Amino acid sequence: MSAPSRVRPSSIEGNTVTATEQGVEPTVQAEGELIAAGTAPLVRRRRRGSRLLNIAAPLAVFGVLIGAWYAITYLVLEPGRRFLMPPPQEVITEGFLDEQAMEKIGDALWNTIEVTFTGLAFAIVIGMAWAVAMSQAKVAERSLFPYAVALQCIPILALVPLIGFWFGYDFPARVIVCVLIALFPIVSNTLFGLQSVDRGQHELFDLHGAGRLTRLMKLQFPAAMPAIFAGFRISAGLSVVGAIVGDVFFRQGEPGLGIVLDNFRSRIQGPELFATIIVAALLGFATFLVFGWLGKLAVGRWYDTSRDGA
Amino acid sequence: MSAPARSRPDTAGSIPSSDTRVLHFRDVAKTFPDGTVALEGVDLDIRRGEFVTVVGPSGCGKSTLLRIASDLSPATSGDVQVDAQRIGYVFQDATLLPWRSVLKNVQLLGELHGMGRSSLNQATRDAIDLVGLTGHEKKLPRELSGGMRMRASLARSLTLDPDLFLFDEPFGALDEITRERLNDELLSMFRTKRFGALFITHSVSEAVYMSTRVLVMSGRPGHIVGSFDVPFGTDRTPELRFTPEFAALAGEVSHALREGHS
Ligand SMILES: Nc1ncnc2c1ncn2[C@@H]1O[C@H](COP(=O)(O)OP(=O)(O)OP(=O)(O)O)[C@@H](O)[C@H]1O
Ligand SMILES: [Mg+2]
Repeated sequence: MSAPSRVRPSSIEGNTVTATEQGVEPTVQAEGELIAAGTAPLVRRRRRGSRLLNIAAPLAVFGVLIGAWYAITYLVLEPGRRFLMPPPQEVITEGFLDEQAMEKIGDALWNTIEVTFTGLAFAIVIGMAWAVAMSQAKVAERSLFPYAVALQCIPILALVPLIGFWFGYDFPARVIVCVLIALFPIVSNTLFGLQSVDRGQHELFDLHGAGRLTRLMKLQFPAAMPAIFAGFRISAGLSVVGAIVGDVFFRQGEPGLGIVLDNFRSRIQGPELFATIIVAALLGFATFLVFGWLGKLAVGRWYDTSRDGA
Repeated sequence: MSAPARSRPDTAGSIPSSDTRVLHFRDVAKTFPDGTVALEGVDLDIRRGEFVTVVGPSGCGKSTLLRIASDLSPATSGDVQVDAQRIGYVFQDATLLPWRSVLKNVQLLGELHGMGRSSLNQATRDAIDLVGLTGHEKKLPRELSGGMRMRASLARSLTLDPDLFLFDEPFGALDEITRERLNDELLSMFRTKRFGALFITHSVSEAVYMSTRVLVMSGRPGHIVGSFDVPFGTDRTPELRFTPEFAALAGEVSHALREGHS
């Protein structure tokens, strides 16, 4: 086995570097190096194993789920009630391969995407401005943070009828629902990120007379990037939820996935309903991936993302 | 207790000659709001071309001394005069910005001071060259060893060409070999630049090796209990550490340190 020993040095470096990044004293670092050297091959193997596991395990679960699906359709449900859970192949043939259904779903998907990303864009702008304001003065933080928390605590669903009442049942109302749902993670993560700057680094900027704006642009924002993008990623998923929820409630204007879902439900079109659900899920998943990827681009390689498992 | 006084140089002042005074403390005291008396009656003068090292037990107020000198924290009483146009401050940990490459980290202070592009680029290149990091400009701090990180931190301060350089145990976290190598490199920078230096360390041997003068501080409240002129000239080589004269002086400093501690 010569291959693993050739990889070993880089993995040792990776380990110790992470340790010092977290401020471990370099005397400890030397010890860490020894420990890492001793365990590196093991870590390697475990990592390679876990990569395989990352693919194989979810696939296995997928297989089990499909199996359970078939079991429910054919073993649990009587033939007359199979519309409740049509078998996977029917979801494909009558849902994904049906031109009429797909056209409806496709249009709805596009409308939902529009609402999702408009809402998310507003949430990002408002949320970051909110967080920056709070980071600039303790007074601002004290007076504004309770409202961010309130936003998180009030069940947005309870507000949805009111939003419709005030803003109509169209695009703007849907966007507002998205903004309300997506705002909190952006506010709290951005604030956390801006405040997580090391005191020594702040003092470096103090020493050289840096003003607020310089400090914000050259120190706080770069340091906050990993947290900010973690917030974006959560909010992107929530925004998809907001768009669909708004849809289901408002039932007016351009139909999004929520309306289409509800229509298929009321017309007992099982396969089409399932196809729509899968499309909605894929939309959520795709936004999650896109923001994970954008985050990596924006943050660069200085932040060790393996720490949060991304 | 007199009100603390602090004066800065007139920016239009004359060109500092090699022995102008850059730092002056008279009867400086520091009491923290929680009542901790960190410093008491500290007198200190540093001229350009002087390398003054402070040794003292942990918690005696050495870092506080530097924080007062750099205006990060005000003195409670006494007279502080800083006659330096530019102050370099090297912290115990390198405080590099982890998202910036070595090059960008070294450029940071010039950016903060609004230094012009071309002079900043030149200063950055020179500083990186001086600390021996040429070829590593594109690396991120996480890709450097502890010693290289400290070199980058030194280079960052060097871009400002400071006339007063404050060092807070900069090499305390490094292994002995790296530390001694960096000692020599810093000494050679000192020989060419002739700044005034206030250097904090726990190591008596490092103090004697580096300095033109060693000050010994007592335990809290910290004040200066001993001052030793170091007569070894400017051209020092590692062999100096093994001479009887060096050992004798180090012994005296250690003795004063123990006296002040009890
Ligand atoms: N902000 C603060 N508030 C209260 N007490 C403080 C503060 N900063 C420092 N002190 C106290 O002042 C004393 C001197 O601290 P200082 O950091 O200057 O010590 P030091 O000599 O640099 O120690 P070390 O060698 O361990 O770095 C210590 O007892 C410390 O607890
Ligand atoms: Mg200290």
